[in-house]
Amino acid sequence: MAELLVIAAQRQGELRPSTLEAIAAANGIRQPGDTLAVAIVAADPQSLVGALSVDGVDEVIAVKATDDFQPDLTEAVILALAAARKPAVIAAAHGVDAWSFVPAAAVKLGCGLATDVQALRREDGELVATRAGYAEKVLVDLDFPGKSTVLLTIRTNVFEPAAGTGAPRVTEMAAPAADVATTHQGWKPPADAGGIDIPGSEFILSIGRGVGDESNVEQFLELAEEMGATLGCSRPIADNGWLPKARQVGQSGQLAASCRLYVAMGVSGSVQHQWGMKHVETIVAVNTDPEASIFSIARYGIVGDMFEIAEELKGHF
Amino acid sequence: MKILVAVKQVAFLDDEFEMRDDGRDVDADFFEKDLNEFDHFSVEEAMLIKEAAGDAAEVVIAIIGDEDADDALRTALAKGADRGIRVWDEALADADGVAVARVLAKVVEREKPDMVFTGAQSADFGSAVTGMALAGLLGWPHTAVVCNLDYAPGAGTATIRRELEGGLEEIMTIRCPAVLSIQLGINQPRYASLRGIKQAKQKPVDELSLDDLGLSAAEVVPAARVRRMYAPERGKAELITGSAAEQAARLAEIIKELRGM
Ligand SMILES: Cc1cc2nc3c(=O)[nH]c(=O)nc-3n(C[C@H](O)[C@H](O)[C@H](O)COP(=O)(O)OP(=O)(O)OC[C@H]3O[C@@H](n4cnc5c(N)ncnc54)[C@H](O)[C@@H]3O)c2cc1C
Ligand SMILES: Nc1ncnc2c1ncn2[C@@H]1O[C@H](COP(=O)(O)O)[C@@H](O)[C@H]1O
Repeated sequence: MAELLVIAAQRQGELRPSTLEAIAAANGIRQPGDTLAVAIVAADPQSLVGALSVDGVDEVIAVKATDDFQPDLTEAVILALAAARKPAVIAAAHGVDAWSFVPAAAVKLGCGLATDVQALRREDGELVATRAGYAEKVLVDLDFPGKSTVLLTIRTNVFEPAAGTGAPRVTEMAAPAADVATTHQGWKPPADAGGIDIPGSEFILSIGRGVGDESNVEQFLELAEEMGATLGCSRPIADNGWLPKARQVGQSGQLAASCRLYVAMGVSGSVQHQWGMKHVETIVAVNTDPEASIFSIARYGIVGDMFEIAEELKGHF
Repeated sequence: MKILVAVKQVAFLDDEFEMRDDGRDVDADFFEKDLNEFDHFSVEEAMLIKEAAGDAAEVVIAIIGDEDADDALRTALAKGADRGIRVWDEALADADGVAVARVLAKVVEREKPDMVFTGAQSADFGSAVTGMALAGLLGWPHTAVVCNLDYAPGAGTATIRRELEGGLEEIMTIRCPAVLSIQLGINQPRYASLRGIKQAKQKPVDELSLDDLGLSAAEVVPAARVRRMYAPERGKAELITGSAAEQAARLAEIIKELRGM
């Protein structure tokens, strides 16, 4: 009998939906007699209990503190819960918040650690976590010999979010003392999209670093227009200022929410880019590298040069 | 006033590659190595602070890696950093972010910098562990994925923005010294000049062993063990073959079919 603990994430008092995926991942490795608790730190944690009352959750631990993200406080919560409950597994979504507190908590606990986990299972009773490596070109199975607690962050958009309506027990926990070194000052929303509508586009042609140079970008704007597509891009293109940020697809950019056809040229397929487009029904990838990870999520693949293909595409429309 | 920037030499795989005999890593013959992309941005950020302070700040580069990693270290030095520290021991061959952080913590204790930067993640494994694990070991203030930094050398606090999902950014102040992991796009990294590349060869680099740092092999064990590494199942994508003209024609067909949507 062991306890599994999930650290929920909220932003501005709203539950981060990826929390439900972390719950599902933890549920998937549950053994008979195990219990699953979810801890939530917020100004009004009780208001989030409903959203966390999904199948498999036995207990919600409500820590009343602040909605501000304070890595030091979250670490103190994890340390206090780990000391009191000795959980076998502590899981959190691999979101930006977790990047700040998970590794720090892990070294303080001296526990096992694997981040960006995309599969979990037991082999002969032992926990095995799978994550990607070498720019998503290989998978790695990790285990945690000698560790009684393992901290995991769970890749988003892999596990089916936990659903249903459970009736967890709610435990109130006083916020532990923490030396908080950060102070929230405000928010900076993304810049105005200037009429570019990635989320609303059904057909997106997207270019990545394979485009090589700023002077090569224009022809893809023209091609997109000719084909009736919206031009999207990967992050380096926006970071370089070659295209506005509003065209960036991915975790820190736009979600191609309405897209049904996504043609990716010169995009390697990093997890953060996939975040914005992996769900698209028809993905066509054009890449010179036959091992590029974009091919593993694409429906059609062209191993070839994006400039040659673009040149040949012209005139078909 | 001193800024310590930890940099990593990352490995990319050749178009074709084979696994090592023990099945726990790729055969090193198929690696192409380079300075981690994220570290170009953290080195640049340190250089901008140094220059704004009229050079009244020292930028020290730290790397945990074998002789091979010297290239990545020199790449950072060529951009204008003052000196380097390279730590290596065979016991670090299987090091993960946690093990590297334990070594870096000793380097920080030795150097006593006012600020530590790491990259937000490494481009090869994307663990996003090392910087914040280091902060945890030091007990220092820390925040990951910093996309904007306002910091005057020696100041007691810095104002940062951390980049969140969907392009939202949070503005916060943080007590210093701190460990910050630096995000892509925070600045426009410079290229090293020819002169810089030449000078980098002469810059002082301390080569240290675990012993020099008072660490034992038992203190640098990773937080997870690799059971096996393997190529994922591929073949989901239906390959469109033929000449570029034929491939484009087929692609145009697919587009027209679906565009009727
Ligand atoms: C917190 C965080 C958030 C992020 N958010 C995002 C995000 O929202 N969106 C995003 O895209 N990235 C994001 N990133 C960055 C991400 O990790 C990758 O760095 C980025 O996606 C890589 O872009 P790319 O595929 O264009 O470049 P690369 O990975 O460099 O790939 C370029 C590809 O082009 C191919 N190529 C080269 N020449 C040609 C040619 N002539 N024809 C065809 N193919 C060619 C190469 O084989 C390669 O596969 C984020 C990173 C972090 C840490
Ligand atoms: N071997 C290393 N030597 C020095 N710094 C490293 C090393 N490995 C990782 N880092 C730092 O950690 C960042 C990446 O974190 P991670 O994704 O945990 O590997 C890099 O950008 C470096 O700043």
